[in-house]
Amino acid sequence: MTNADPAPKISVRGLRKSFGRNRVLDGLEIDCDSRESLVIIGGSGTGKSVLIKCILGLLHPEAGSICIDGVETVGLRRADRERLLQKFGMLFQGGALFDSLSVWENVAFGLIQGRSMERQTAKEIALAKLAAVGLGPEVGELRPAELSGGMQKRVALARAIAAEPEIIFFDEPTTGLDPIMADVINDLIVKCVREVGTTAVSITHDMVSARKIADRIAMLHEGRIVWHGPTEEIARSGNPFVDQFINGRAEGPIRMETRAA
Amino acid sequence: MLTFLSAIGAVFLGFLAATGRIVMFAGLALATAFTPPFYLRAVLREMVTIGYFSLPVVGLTAIFTGMVLALQSHTGFARFSAEGAVATVVVLSVTRELGPVIAALMVAGRVGAAMAAEIGTMRVTDQIDALTTLSTDPLRYLVLPRLLAGIITMPMLVVVADIIGVFGGYLVGVYKLDFNPQTYLDGTRQHLETTDVVSGLVKAAVFGFMIALMGCYHGYYSRGGAQGVGQATTYAVVSASVLILVVDYLITAAFFGR
Repeated sequence: MTNADPAPKISVRGLRKSFGRNRVLDGLEIDCDSRESLVIIGGSGTGKSVLIKCILGLLHPEAGSICIDGVETVGLRRADRERLLQKFGMLFQGGALFDSLSVWENVAFGLIQGRSMERQTAKEIALAKLAAVGLGPEVGELRPAELSGGMQKRVALARAIAAEPEIIFFDEPTTGLDPIMADVINDLIVKCVREVGTTAVSITHDMVSARKIADRIAMLHEGRIVWHGPTEEIARSGNPFVDQFINGRAEGPIRMETRAA
Repeated sequence: MLTFLSAIGAVFLGFLAATGRIVMFAGLALATAFTPPFYLRAVLREMVTIGYFSLPVVGLTAIFTGMVLALQSHTGFARFSAEGAVATVVVLSVTRELGPVIAALMVAGRVGAAMAAEIGTMRVTDQIDALTTLSTDPLRYLVLPRLLAGIITMPMLVVVADIIGVFGGYLVGVYKLDFNPQTYLDGTRQHLETTDVVSGLVKAAVFGFMIALMGCYHGYYSRGGAQGVGQATTYAVVSASVLILVVDYLITAAFFGR
């Protein structure tokens, strides 16, 4: 990187995180540029969600650096962290919608509680965001428990983009959905990211989804990034870990822990 | 022998560590009360949940407590020809002890468990992490309103429990034990002092705080899906119940100990 290059939107260096004796992230390093859609792939339990939670400050790493817009965020004080979080949106794997609130209140939550916006104004924005993900205003009055899995994912997506954040994280956005609904969600992610012009970091096992939404793909294995490159190059990466993963082969350098092993 | 001692030491250290974690949790939550935003609607909602919806169960237990107390004390005092003290014993026992303790145990079972289950479910379904990512402090939004509602509402609930409990004693005294109504009421009023009622209300406020704290703490740190939430609910009720009885003794000793 030359001095003329802008700082990456997200820069992670030497990140380490363990749970007891289990080291999940082991000196992980990755950058994500502004307005880039980065997808991180990897097997279950390789630390993809842990990485995102460390960036958001939901988990505290033991070592390493996480810079957002060139500013170090590890060890931020509570108030500074709350301010920083206004840059982020997050789509959780299970939606994480608040059961006690209606759908529109879920979407408007960050605007009302986080940014002290008037309820009526926030409701108008929430209904507009629901429309952007293909849900009518009548859905806004329902409770999350009354919605199907696909609709809950769409509401969660609307909530993630409601405050028009600079960076959005998508945690397994298509897991548990049928292929058609998964494609609808992928399209919505691409549309939302392109329209709002945000930086997007997604984690997924779903290669169809990864190919559709990513500008760049990175592969996480045993706590480190073992390959990263443009989406169109993944098929000829020449990396045995990537080849095994994208082709879904049981045989290869990645060993799944099984009782019989 | 050494293994036995080290096991005792480990348990003691674990107890101290848990106490430290709970005190830190309460301190961090209470500290959010001094800076905006304030969630007053959430406090009112929790007050209704803790207070209004607990009225039937607290009222029912209070009236039977007062009734049993009148019956038992009459049976016992008859051996010393001291039946005239029944009204005084009922009112002092209810206001000082049984009103606050029985109401708190009922609320711990009803509300403490519900708090642990609700917050625990929010934890295991990532809703608490979602709050954080939406720039909302979960301690300020979820925990503080419950702690404040517990402190404010329990004394109100105990006033109601005291009145109903004393009324239960009156019913048994007048209609079963054939006391003269006026004599019973005089016995109730004569020896009752402000300290008796105030000590009960102080206990109620402390119990309310502890019930909410145990419910929130165990829910907030629950892990492992449905089983974890179930465990959190059990821990919340058991720890709140034990604390109520321990702190009851300490407050009683502070007010009336010599």
